[in-house]
Amino acid sequence: MSTSTVEDAAARELIAFRVGAQEFCINIMTVREIRGWTMATVLPRAPRFVRGVINLRGAVLPIVDLAIRLGLPSAEPTARNVIIVAQVNNQQIGLLVDEVSDILTTNEKDIQAAPDVSSELVRSFVRGLLSLDKRMISLISLDHLLAAPELEAA
Amino acid sequence: MDPMAAIRDVFFQECEEQLAELETGLLRMEDGADDPDTVNAVFRAVHSIKGGAGIFSLDALVRFAHVFETSLDGVRSKRISVTPAVMKLLLRAADALADHVRAGREGAVAEPSKTAALVAEFTALNAGPTAASAPPPASAAPAAAATPTPPPEPAPAPAGRVWNIEFKPISSLYAKGNEAALLLRELGALGRVEVELHTESLPSLAEIEPEGAYLSWSARLYSECDETQVRDVFDFVDGDCTLSISLQAPQAAQPAAAEEPPEEFGFEFFPVTADTSESEHANEAAAEAHDHPEHHPAAVGPVEAMAAKAETASAVSATIRVDLDRVDRLIDLVGELVINEAMLSQRVLEAGLARASGVAMALDELEHLTREIQDSVMAIRAQPVRSVFQRMPRLVREVAAQTGKQVRLLTDGEGTEVDKTVIERIADPLTHMIRNAIDHGLESTEKRLAAGKPAEGVVRLTALHRSGRIVLEVSDDGGGINRPRVKAIAVEKGLIAADAQLSDEEIDNLIFLPGFSTAAVVSDISGRGVGMDVVRQSVTALGGRISIASRPGHGSTFTLSLPLTLAVLDGMVVSAAGHTLIIPLGTILETLQPREKDVHALDSELRVLALRGGYVPIVDVGLTLGYSDQPVEATQSVALLVEGEGRTKAVLLVDAIHGQRQVVIKSLEANYRAVPGIAAATVMGDGRVALILDVDAVVSGTRSDAPREPSLLEAR
Repeated sequence: MSTSTVEDAAARELIAFRVGAQEFCINIMTVREIRGWTMATVLPRAPRFVRGVINLRGAVLPIVDLAIRLGLPSAEPTARNVIIVAQVNNQQIGLLVDEVSDILTTNEKDIQAAPDVSSELVRSFVRGLLSLDKRMISLISLDHLLAAPELEAA
Repeated sequence: MDPMAAIRDVFFQECEEQLAELETGLLRMEDGADDPDTVNAVFRAVHSIKGGAGIFSLDALVRFAHVFETSLDGVRSKRISVTPAVMKLLLRAADALADHVRAGREGAVAEPSKTAALVAEFTALNAGPTAASAPPPASAAPAAAATPTPPPEPAPAPAGRVWNIEFKPISSLYAKGNEAALLLRELGALGRVEVELHTESLPSLAEIEPEGAYLSWSARLYSECDETQVRDVFDFVDGDCTLSISLQAPQAAQPAAAEEPPEEFGFEFFPVTADTSESEHANEAAAEAHDHPEHHPAAVGPVEAMAAKAETASAVSATIRVDLDRVDRLIDLVGELVINEAMLSQRVLEAGLARASGVAMALDELEHLTREIQDSVMAIRAQPVRSVFQRMPRLVREVAAQTGKQVRLLTDGEGTEVDKTVIERIADPLTHMIRNAIDHGLESTEKRLAAGKPAEGVVRLTALHRSGRIVLEVSDDGGGINRPRVKAIAVEKGLIAADAQLSDEEIDNLIFLPGFSTAAVVSDISGRGVGMDVVRQSVTALGGRISIASRPGHGSTFTLSLPLTLAVLDGMVVSAAGHTLIIPLGTILETLQPREKDVHALDSELRVLALRGGYVPIVDVGLTLGYSDQPVEATQSVALLVEGEGRTKAVLLVDAIHGQRQVVIKSLEANYRAVPGIAAATVMGDGRVALILDVDAVVSGTRSDAPREPSLLEAR
């Protein structure tokens, strides 16, 4: 299982990235590498948030457009976009984001619980909120990234 | 891994080899070979298994092997004549021995009831005509349960020298923290070692001195090593023990099988009495045997065995066992290398470097080398089909016994090599086809005799390479396909129309239809509703084809053609709606340029192409995969006539064909999931992923039973 949940350690390192106007972060331990955007091969019958697959040194890596996945406005990716290769369960998945903004070392107590809202998206991804110099960064979990109902329906 | 477990693994691996040898030898004997070489090879195989099994205390196996061996010895000494009945018994015993080994490997005990019958038969056989002359009946019939477990016996005389080591520690050895057991274990690293513990000087408990040294050992080491190596083991305990190391002549060194009752058919390899003249004679013979390897005087058992062992030893050293994972890793890496090389070439071209420049030439060299490495690496995984073929004689015996038919299996081309991935997956279809050939193909003995054929039916299994594929043929000399009956059944089951006009070939192919089974009685063997359609399916899943040829009264031949590897695929690179796709070459029958007048619309979506008097459904690949929402104009496209599972044909429309290439198959499931309509992925020369079309899925999508899938566009 991924270690991207808040429970496991008091002090933890997070990698923060920007998607549109919002900032998110994930546990740095799940990140395998960060690379530039390359054209993905479109998969038939894939949900909209799956941009396609790319070649990661011989392995076929699916690319999830986090903007679409998180219900944010999205644009066609350009060379300025970044792919974060993350280990989710037993699979490697590429996350398409706008840029990597920061590496944060934070303490468990600085992470506030996500507000109890009705939004399905918030509930399935957001694990906590951090505030840092007036920035609000959402800590997200990747566990349900691909196992979403949309994927089954597609 | 625990060292003992590792040794155990090696033992079982060797057992498999010995069993294969045994089977080969027995089959040669069945074919009439009665030369001492063959019989000895068979005897040796059983003996080695027994010897090894003793070390691992596989008592049931040892007992059975012993009885088996005794009979083989009888055969060898011509005390037991090889009648067909005896031959059958020996073959069955070989199967039982294999069961024992398997059971031993899994830590279980083979079913005793099965073995008991064989043991009884052997007992009768051994007791046979010479019962009177044989020493005590018990020895002639070491009927397992009655005799205590025979002690572990040495494997057939290993090549090389035998060291006799007498080792008696004095108390200072222990005082210095040394441990006799470790030293003896270290001896074992030099070769096979037999250790005997002497407890004679051990005083009674009351008199024992806690720090005294009372035990001594004598060890017999079978090893090529020299005296220094043996002495080195005891280097650290020099002066703390009494040690004598001496070299023994091979014959005298053989343990006298004292526990064995003196049987007239004892161990020829280990003469109980070895006087000088005999050993001299043996040595001469050894020299002779080395000079003329083909000449083996029957009287030189031990030496001959050693020579043979030495030969196998040298043959074995030419190969190594490698974990499949390591080879797969290597293959993956070489796949990467090929892709990288292609990418590099492309970049160099893009950079505008002239072809004549040194860079381009170096790149050509690199490309050449890369291909060569790829070929060599793929060759590592290539294995002869022998491992699969070897399982078949047993299957034939079992099926023959169940059906009451007499069957002879002839095999050819066992050495034909094919990729490991294919080998693993041809066993099942082959098994099924052979069962089918015996159960349905061959007639009953009475019918055969009535038809003027020999009572014994022949099933032939052949492997060969043909145009980059492996072709496997299973043929029988049975009655051939009963076409009127096949047709009647197909009509009865509603598979074809009653008035359908079918060619002979078409009728033969009916047996591949799902739900077809010709056997009037659903038998244990090939019935159960799984028929040739399952075989066909598994073969097509491997990218192979199966066909049948049959002559009434003369038998049928099933021909299976498979790719040599499943790791790479020959594909046609095409583009559909701007996306690059690979279509497996094996599925493509021809490429066409459709003409306006041949394209007919059946409804708003489904179109068919008139082709040589028939109509073939058209599949617009871009539309089916959801790459586009506009159907392409058939006349503007390139059409590929493909054949999917169950021989359903379809015409695939694509934008263009970009050529043909071999691609390395990559899984989509590893990091994502299965995608309908897509079989797998690959990486192209430009480093991008291309998808491999699942022709079966796309073709079956045109059939009525498959619901039309909503276009991808709705989801996007």
